[in-house]
Amino acid sequence: MTTETVVVVGSSTGGVRTAQALRREGFAGRIVLVGEEPHEPYDKPPLSKQYLAGEWELDRLALITPEAAASAEIELRLGVAAVRLDVAARQVLLADGTALDFDHIVVATGAAARPSPWPADSGVHVIRTLADVDALRADLATGGAVVVVGGGVVGAEAAATIRTLGHAVTVVDPLATPLARLVGPEVGRPLEELHRRHGVDTRFGVGVEGIDGSAGNLAVRLTDGSTLSAATVLVGIGAVPNDGWLADSGLLVDNGVVCDRYCRAVDSERVWAVGDVARWQDPRYPADVRLEHWTNAVEQAAAVAHNMVHPDDLQPYSPLEYVWSDQYDWKLQIVGHAARGGRYEVVGDLGSDPARAAVLYSDDDGRLIGSVTVNWPKSLVTSRRALTAGDVDFEQFVEQIKALPAKPPAPAAR
Amino acid sequence: MKVQIDAQLCQGHGRCYDLAPDLFGEDDEGYATLTALTADGIVPEGREGDIRLAAANCPESAVLVLEEALNDRR
Repeated sequence: MTTETVVVVGSSTGGVRTAQALRREGFAGRIVLVGEEPHEPYDKPPLSKQYLAGEWELDRLALITPEAAASAEIELRLGVAAVRLDVAARQVLLADGTALDFDHIVVATGAAARPSPWPADSGVHVIRTLADVDALRADLATGGAVVVVGGGVVGAEAAATIRTLGHAVTVVDPLATPLARLVGPEVGRPLEELHRRHGVDTRFGVGVEGIDGSAGNLAVRLTDGSTLSAATVLVGIGAVPNDGWLADSGLLVDNGVVCDRYCRAVDSERVWAVGDVARWQDPRYPADVRLEHWTNAVEQAAAVAHNMVHPDDLQPYSPLEYVWSDQYDWKLQIVGHAARGGRYEVVGDLGSDPARAAVLYSDDDGRLIGSVTVNWPKSLVTSRRALTAGDVDFEQFVEQIKALPAKPPAPAAR
Repeated sequence: MKVQIDAQLCQGHGRCYDLAPDLFGEDDEGYATLTALTADGIVPEGREGDIRLAAANCPESAVLVLEEALNDRR
């Protein structure tokens, strides 16, 4: 493949890691990385935490430096969006009118924050890109109360950060507890308590009817009839895949690029997809899967690079899901399927300060299916290894976790 | 090539020592360490790809890689 060209569309985690993985796999042809945003590729998890807090500048978010890209011979085409894909002509058209020819193309355009369905004149924000957070920080700098709509990862992390910055914060979510799509109430309730201990007002089980006003003077009307006043509103209600530019490509696009088990578009052996925009056939599940996790983007990037470089050794992609979230002094780590478990066991204490616990989940057959850990990485890693091996007896695993060293964490040292 | 673990950044995601268990280890709490093979910070010859794989998978960018030569990529 020394004379071939791979165009990677998308300069966030999935795109950058695919380009790097192609080199690790020995791909010696041309790699062009196209990114819509003008910034050098940056990492997104710190946006709702250290970057929002003003603790880290942009240079600490680098996914790949220009020097590292040059060293790996990855051509960066930043600040220009891909606008159209012509699969038959093996060409991608860019917003500046130029075109790139390719032998293989990797769609890694990610997802966009689901926009607020409640129109207001100004002062309503989302968090997905650097520009989003810069705009939010500008409004936060004028002070005042903040309402966060959505208690998922982005909303809950941002609420913690904004509270720590000194603002009055209220979190609103129609679901019963925070992170409800990832963890059950056995974790969600103590997490809500953590937010309340830090002075955040929480309104779980309550939806939003509408948002009126403008920056500095917003009214958030709730389904229980009450109204919250806010200077700034952050809406964190999920994301939608950036697949609109593929509408006339002829590819099957349905809430993401539909791929086979090797993460190849079902319509073309020259088109691959990675990260939030990829919907693929995980052999373990009856339906296609699309994940919006950082770890998935990195692992899928490696899988696609392998499959592209080794067409005679195609490997189905079947990752073990892993998500983390940092809120106040909680380091949450979630592996496998915690929210789906019927039976669970708590080892340690989620209510202590600082918390240190593992919540372990069993399926109906008494096998481990997932773990949520707080401030206890050893229990997380032990869980991931067990889940990777598979077919682990739940009762025995609970004993194994209980037998781990009981040394309390030393957060001050870390 | 040289490698270090930034202990201030490491949060115990365990990606490095799961992906390259002879190059990275773990302490009692699950935080990453170097191993006998990497204790001096020098990456064994031929293992550069595994080091880069571990660095690419670290959510905290706590695996610090110092590239010494531009031509050791392949």
